[in-house]
Amino acid sequence: MESKRHPARHARGIIFWVLCGIALVIVVLPSAAIIIGVVAKAIPVLRVTLLTTTTRSGALGLQNAIIGTLTLGIGVLIVAGPIGILSGLYIAEFAPKRFGGVLRFFSEVLAGVPSIVIGYVGYLTLVVRLHWGFSLLGGILALSVLIIPYIIKITEVSFAQVPRSLREAAMAVGLTRLTTIRKVLLPPALPGIVSGLVLALAISTGETAPLLFTAGFTDANPSGPMNPVGYLTYVTYTDVSLPSAGAQALASASAAVTILLILFLILGGRLITARSRRMVARLDV
Amino acid sequence: MILVRRRAGGSPTGPARASRARNTEFSAGDKVFQWLAGVAAVIPVAALALIIVIMVVQAIPAIIYSGLTFFTSTTFSIGHLYATTLTTHNGVSAPQDASYGALVFIVGTLATSVIAICLAVPISVGGVLMLSEWIPERLQGFLSTFVDLLAGIPSVVFGLWGITIFGPFAAAHIYPTISHLGRFIPFLKGPVGFGEGLLTASLVLALMVIPIVASTTRELVKRVPVLAKEGALALGMTRYETVRVVTIPYIRSGIIAATLLGWGRALGETIAVLLIVGDLTLLPHSIFASTSTIAATIASTLDSAFTDYTHMALSALAELGVLLLVISLATNLAGRLIVRRVSTDALPVGRGI
Repeated sequence: MESKRHPARHARGIIFWVLCGIALVIVVLPSAAIIIGVVAKAIPVLRVTLLTTTTRSGALGLQNAIIGTLTLGIGVLIVAGPIGILSGLYIAEFAPKRFGGVLRFFSEVLAGVPSIVIGYVGYLTLVVRLHWGFSLLGGILALSVLIIPYIIKITEVSFAQVPRSLREAAMAVGLTRLTTIRKVLLPPALPGIVSGLVLALAISTGETAPLLFTAGFTDANPSGPMNPVGYLTYVTYTDVSLPSAGAQALASASAAVTILLILFLILGGRLITARSRRMVARLDV
Repeated sequence: MILVRRRAGGSPTGPARASRARNTEFSAGDKVFQWLAGVAAVIPVAALALIIVIMVVQAIPAIIYSGLTFFTSTTFSIGHLYATTLTTHNGVSAPQDASYGALVFIVGTLATSVIAICLAVPISVGGVLMLSEWIPERLQGFLSTFVDLLAGIPSVVFGLWGITIFGPFAAAHIYPTISHLGRFIPFLKGPVGFGEGLLTASLVLALMVIPIVASTTRELVKRVPVLAKEGALALGMTRYETVRVVTIPYIRSGIIAATLLGWGRALGETIAVLLIVGDLTLLPHSIFASTSTIAATIASTLDSAFTDYTHMALSALAELGVLLLVISLATNLAGRLIVRRVSTDALPVGRGI
């Protein structure tokens, strides 16, 4: 009856929701389309030799790139992990409110710096001025600058989620700040922080721009912190512009490996996050 | 994935902060640890300061050399590196015929990012409204996983997909139709090519921005007061009218903030755009034409710029970098200021995931 009296109102509603439905399809479909598209292109060339040969031979090999990407990731965790976690902890637990706000603000600004700018500055300072040349360490430092804001944010959020009742209890039994953090706040915050580190690893696995001019590239496996290092995204980036079928295949293969690595990391991060939510929910009394 | 910021007042941080301020029981170990954490907390600030200072100092010679032609010239050339004479402008020397005009890149950067944002924002908001209003709760989580995955796809994979799969497909099946509209809108007319160029880059950028806007919108929509919506329904409004009158005004400023943050991401995106946009220093004459952006040019020119013994090419790239830094930090700060003012908790941090 209503619709007969106001056909225009309902027509407008239907048009709106049809458009929204189309929008939902456009939001949901691409990730699957991209992952399936790229992996499908790579399937014919996904072989064990990818793991056993390097990019050197011109054959299908990604060993140096895979090991390089993992080495870069571990390096980023070693450099950015402690700095990010300590800064996040400082902002969440120690800093005076105003000062903490200032630190948080600058960390957010750092997150907004385009990655190519970080790459340029890394190139200019590390590669040119300090005469390091292209190096694993340079790549790790450039990536770390990019990653630290994430780790800070997630650490801060993880500590902020710890229920107030726990802090009050710790204070009531007269624990020092350090003991409170170590014994009371850290256990419930830890899963959140770890999932943040896993996400950071996922981001650093997928980055190209900051590495291009700091880490360089090499066909050999990583051989030291001051030597250049190969990584997966570089192989995709350069080989996709080459005309030969072999290069195209290698570009797809390395893209597929990158995606699978990242999917694995995102999944891991999600599992840890879900666990930490349950844990915090249990603690809140 | 959204990183949730807890704000003072009603959140766990507020009261906890207040109570810990009174706790003055610090042991020696505490002080050392606090000092250590404080030093760590200053490192990102120092890194940011270092980045800005280095970029600006490095850019100064090029700023003096180019003057205002930086903004008006469409020629970007690092000059004849092996010529014996130098070209001098405003007292600064560069290789012969060097010209550092950034107009093409400014236009390219703004065009790709604005088209991307104009597509990504309505699509994200519409999709999320559909998701939250009509899709059953259990399916919602499943569908939003796809958006999280989109945020996790690396930009080089977007580039590969855009140039080898999506671009050729669109050039064959979609772009000819758009080109026909060129009879009414001149900018849409032109040879569609093979999928490289401005439009493909913009479309792929839109996909990269969607996760930022969509995940923020989803958090915002969850916070819309149920009572207000029920009130609107009780007044006899249709679901569409409820969304228009209650939901959209409630989430509007949050969406503007997410738009600005997404725009910041689109402005600074390098690798995907570099692979797709064609990397030509030409003003685009149509929406399908190849052009270039600031970030893509820095990435593609840095290698050859290093061979310029006058160091002017490096300086010119730094000037481009400063421009990019200024634009993207401005959008980023504006977004965060709006977030702060409307005190929305949901806030994505820069680059996806």
